[in-house]
Amino acid sequence: MTTATKKKMVQRDPAEIKAELISKYPPKVARKRAKQIMINEALQNETPSLTANVRTIPGIITMRGCTYAGCKGVIMGPTRDIVNLVHGPIGCSFYAWLTRRNQTDAGPDGENFINYCFSTDMQEQDIIFGGEKKLAQAIQEAYDLFHPKSIAVFATCPVGLIGDDIHTVTRNMKEKFGDCNVYAFSCEGYKGVSQSAGHHIANNQVFRHIVGENDEEKPGKFKINLLGEYNIGGDGFEIDRIFEKCGITCISTFSGNSTYDQFASAHTADLNAVMCHRSINYVADMLETKYGIPWIKVNFIGADATAKSLRKIAEYFGDKKLIAKVEKVIAEEMPAVETVRSEVRTRTEGKTAMMFVGGSRAHHYKELFNEMGMKTISAGYEFGHQDDYEGRQVLPNIKLDADSRNIEELEVEADETRYKPRKSDKEMEALEKGGLKFKEYAGLAPDMDKGTIIVDDLNQYEAEKLVELMKPDIFCAGIKEKYSIQKLGVPMKQLHSYDSGGPYAGFRGAVNFYREIDRLVNSRVWGYMKAPWQMNPQLSASYNWE
Amino acid sequence: MLLRHTPTEISERKALTINPAKTCQPIGAMYAALGIHGCLPHSHGSQGCCAYHRSTLTRHYKEPVSASTSSFTEGASVFGGQANMLQAINNIFTVYEPEVIAVHTTCLSETIGDDLPQIKKKAESEGKIPEGKYVISASTPSYAGSHVTGFSNMVKSMAMMAEPTGKKNGKVNIIPGWVEPADMEEIKRMTGLIGVKTILFPDTSGILNGPLSGEYKMFPEGGTTVAELQSAGDSIGTLALGEWCSADAARELDAKHKVPCSVLDMPFGLMATDRFIDALRIIAGVNIPEEIVHERGQLVDMISDMHQYLYGKKVALVGDPDQLIAMTEFLVSIDMKPIHIVTGTPGKKFEKRIKEITKDMGCEVNVKAKGDMFLLHQWIKKEPVDLLVGNTYCKYIARDEDIPYVRWGFPILDRQGHQYFPTVGYKGGLRLLEKILGELMDRQDRDAPEEKFELVM
Repeated sequence: MTTATKKKMVQRDPAEIKAELISKYPPKVARKRAKQIMINEALQNETPSLTANVRTIPGIITMRGCTYAGCKGVIMGPTRDIVNLVHGPIGCSFYAWLTRRNQTDAGPDGENFINYCFSTDMQEQDIIFGGEKKLAQAIQEAYDLFHPKSIAVFATCPVGLIGDDIHTVTRNMKEKFGDCNVYAFSCEGYKGVSQSAGHHIANNQVFRHIVGENDEEKPGKFKINLLGEYNIGGDGFEIDRIFEKCGITCISTFSGNSTYDQFASAHTADLNAVMCHRSINYVADMLETKYGIPWIKVNFIGADATAKSLRKIAEYFGDKKLIAKVEKVIAEEMPAVETVRSEVRTRTEGKTAMMFVGGSRAHHYKELFNEMGMKTISAGYEFGHQDDYEGRQVLPNIKLDADSRNIEELEVEADETRYKPRKSDKEMEALEKGGLKFKEYAGLAPDMDKGTIIVDDLNQYEAEKLVELMKPDIFCAGIKEKYSIQKLGVPMKQLHSYDSGGPYAGFRGAVNFYREIDRLVNSRVWGYMKAPWQMNPQLSASYNWE
Repeated sequence: MLLRHTPTEISERKALTINPAKTCQPIGAMYAALGIHGCLPHSHGSQGCCAYHRSTLTRHYKEPVSASTSSFTEGASVFGGQANMLQAINNIFTVYEPEVIAVHTTCLSETIGDDLPQIKKKAESEGKIPEGKYVISASTPSYAGSHVTGFSNMVKSMAMMAEPTGKKNGKVNIIPGWVEPADMEEIKRMTGLIGVKTILFPDTSGILNGPLSGEYKMFPEGGTTVAELQSAGDSIGTLALGEWCSADAARELDAKHKVPCSVLDMPFGLMATDRFIDALRIIAGVNIPEEIVHERGQLVDMISDMHQYLYGKKVALVGDPDQLIAMTEFLVSIDMKPIHIVTGTPGKKFEKRIKEITKDMGCEVNVKAKGDMFLLHQWIKKEPVDLLVGNTYCKYIARDEDIPYVRWGFPILDRQGHQYFPTVGYKGGLRLLEKILGELMDRQDRDAPEEKFELVM
């Protein structure tokens, strides 16, 4: 096996590695990057501080995308029965067309627009004279063709610059139609410093325009919302399967395979389970303030993490039957997981991983690597904030810079008629005492070992250096990073799109992931990089060709 | 059904594009710039543009695509992107050390009116461009034309690097247009066989179809060198392949440096390749070697051998103008019937050209420039076809309508081969036929009743 002959991880002083990562930079760049690279001390609540959610330096090849990508691509893209209309030149809509692997099924109503790409395809004259008329016309045409429940409009860079009032256009169209909710997102790509700003903008508008639109009581005893789950590679389908088995009703998912009505009914749930803290914590906070629904952090990436998250949900509801049912489901599901895990672990134990992805994923997937006996030696987020690294206790200390201040903060108050605390203060206190933490996320850093290296907004150059210096057995990031890492002979797993694989969530997902990582780190292909004559270049002294 | 909401009845749309058959200019500029040796493409706009283009090109090639961005935030969008650009130039030359930075604009920097040549002058005067290194730029507003226009604009900027010495170099410039690295390689092979010395630009072969060797090179061996681009002004002539992709650059060299040009169709299929080879012969004053005649004969041979499977089959096509013109001609030349043809790129000339090529086909042809795949699907629903040719997004139509389908064009996100096996030239014609016949005959096999299932076809 090729990996047996592979060089073992070189133990180098992390401070030395950090110094090497920034040594080639111009001084200003080096100073800035130094603050975004942290040698972890693995301390709860008093970890050294890391700068995050700040501008990427121009010219430094970043992994990051834009605000539009966060809003349209990430949050609203996975909705299936909303016509997502992009107002702008053609590219933005084209690139976000089906490329994130959000799976959907059409459901009993048969509505599914996810395979479509809608754009106003702005032309030069629209930029000069304004695009509002064209936008109104495009909304009308979409309505006439499809009669959807809802049309969402997304602004691209030039829209904000030329001052198209997309919110007035959509409001007028909504009034005109009467049976179709039309609203807009001011998610121009230049706002904010990364996708993260787009998540926030999406959260705000979904909360403002959709949540609370349907008061109809949904059946189910244990009703939750699953926030920050995007059904990439079918993750959401696996989580739905588990919920169903446990008797937990998922009122809405934000926003994998979601429907307009799910969002509209989200306020009727009794608990918010937050998966991706970074992208959706705003909605969780607002749902609590306005409707009295508490939130807890969960993670369904990793079999043990899934079991833990299910137990947390059951504990919250405090129903004996539910608690028993959850235990029964875990007991039923785990043997299959453990069989594969113990088999795979013989080949993965002791191997090392690096993960640079998203704003929560790098943390979530650490669980799966732990389960396989693999060590995460360096990790970081593409668009995380300081609280995603160090925990929510740092929130009051985060100074808002100009870029963050540009993103609207919705002022939310308790709803006059619909605010209903799901648990009394006393009940909440008792649950907290029992170990169930509300509104809490401790971040990535406390979970990483001492001496590991945490890097925010990792770039192409640093990625290559890290791999060269630390020689991980696997590297995880996105499509842009995939092939430069693999050219170095290190397998690379995409944790945005899963390389057409998945699901990796839940119990069955864990099994898929174990097998996938086993395949990658033990693939024979990494042994073929050099031809025999390259490995033994000296010519043989004798000719023995007979 | 994947595209379950697409009605058969066509209603006029004035403002709404659905399932586009084009994307925006900057990605074309990025692809072209990758065909310069030692070049880092740079996107002057917000980060998302660069991220999207890199992702799309990477998905298409399964290769690293390096490019940088000016990372505009709101401040830069209000006050202009000069500061970002200057900082970027300094950082790029320090950290990545390319020979050339090829900057293209975006709708953002175009709308605020950033002036790239002026920014470059400032960078020069501030000493941010090291000796012997280059910054070139192209204006590529996303709200005009398409990805094809952006490609053409960057190729024109490459032509503007020409610095004639006054002494002819005996070479022929070939501007291949937006074709695959394998196609560029094939063009070089053919010109090599014929014995014509060429300067091919851009040339992405070796860059977007590289080997796995345990080493990562941000700037691989391939690409047109700066020296070659500078020498393009001394060439004896230019062959521009494709009016949309390549003509502007060729005309630039003609107008500015008196390098005579002729604009040909892209050499896809028999007749367009014939014209390309013949033009090479005339411009360089050489005889065509037997090997090329032999390859041509093989293509004609396969057409005649397999004619029964091709004859009269209706085809729907979607893609870019230059490719579609040559492909339509090829299909007509082998007695197939391309009846629905859509490009997202604007240009009335396209519709005229297609009408001309198909005028003797004996049936009505639907053709639209600035169209979209939603319209193409509706046409197909109204009049079904036997074959669909286009990029990966066609798979949704092909599955819904159960049509044999050949992937050809950009982007191809779900199959391999386009990086390595050309479709230009006579050899490429054989490959196109192989793909088309494979699909049509697989379908015949799939649908044949047991008693009519054929062993020999």
